[in-house]
Amino acid sequence: MTEGNNNMQLTINGKPTETTAGSTIQNLLDQLRLDCRQVVVERNRDIVPRQRFGEEVLADGDTLEIVHFVGGG
Amino acid sequence: MKISVNEQLQDVTPTSTVGAVRDRVKPDADVLIVNGFPTEPDQLLTEGDQLVLIRRGEVPSAEELDALLTARHTPGVHARVKQATIGIAGVGGLGSAVAIALARTGVGSLIIADFDLVEPSNLNRQQYFLDQLGLPKVYALRDTLARINPHVHVAACHLRLTPGNITEIFGAVDVLVEAFDRADQKAMLVETFTVRFPDKPLVAGSGMAGFGPANSVQTRRSFGNLYLCGDGTTAAAPGVGLMAPRVGVAAHHQANAVLRLLLGEDPV
Repeated sequence: MTEGNNNMQLTINGKPTETTAGSTIQNLLDQLRLDCRQVVVERNRDIVPRQRFGEEVLADGDTLEIVHFVGGG
Repeated sequence: MKISVNEQLQDVTPTSTVGAVRDRVKPDADVLIVNGFPTEPDQLLTEGDQLVLIRRGEVPSAEELDALLTARHTPGVHARVKQATIGIAGVGGLGSAVAIALARTGVGSLIIADFDLVEPSNLNRQQYFLDQLGLPKVYALRDTLARINPHVHVAACHLRLTPGNITEIFGAVDVLVEAFDRADQKAMLVETFTVRFPDKPLVAGSGMAGFGPANSVQTRRSFGNLYLCGDGTTAAAPGVGLMAPRVGVAAHHQANAVLRLLLGEDPV
């Protein structure tokens, strides 16, 4: 984290994204307006089970893949 | 001279008639087709002709169907496809079409799972028939697949897939196809399966409602062994319904991704 800056840098689906330091995955999904029930989140190459979204705190430099599903089939 | 009889090369004498070859190869055949056109027994055959001998109502044996698929797909492709086991989670618009495409391709085993019954509203896009209304979809689909190729082994699971049973039901598959309708169910299945089987390919569908351009439906690689087929954004909603053409495009993206994975090719 840059000193004096309350933000951290993440890479989400290949794109650099800034979010508040100390955010959980759930905070990030809220920020991105994504329904936590409709996503699969991979953090630094590990799938994060959705029951841990609220407790898993992100770290500066994390790489995330967020797959957001839409209905229909 | 050499001609093809039911997709197998045969040596016949140059002045052979269709009837003479029929009498030797398949005397009970009552439909005779040369190069795609119905014909009579006294027609003379020429080098390279493709003769098809059919007995109406007769189901070819497993060996005959195998030979047909081998001839169509080449021996190497057929052998690999035939030994594969593919799971299909949900047999609505996507899953029913994927199952039919894979059965026609000669995939050896399919594990299909869905709790749903065939309803009239399904018939605008799903591969069911009016006389199957009210049946569990997995049993109706199993019957349809048996009419296409009775030698494809189909395990039909009439149940609701949950985090508790997905890994057991699909533990033996080479590739799993996600073919649910609801977004939260898609996410649940993908999370459950990829956590337990990170090395097994999973082909999911997302975004195929409406009648937008077919060319916006794509196959993409997400993370790990997860592949996504669809436009990624067009959800089913009031005014943007699910329709046979675009759901079919997405389903066949999925089926083709499965085939490419089985043949060691990158689906993207």
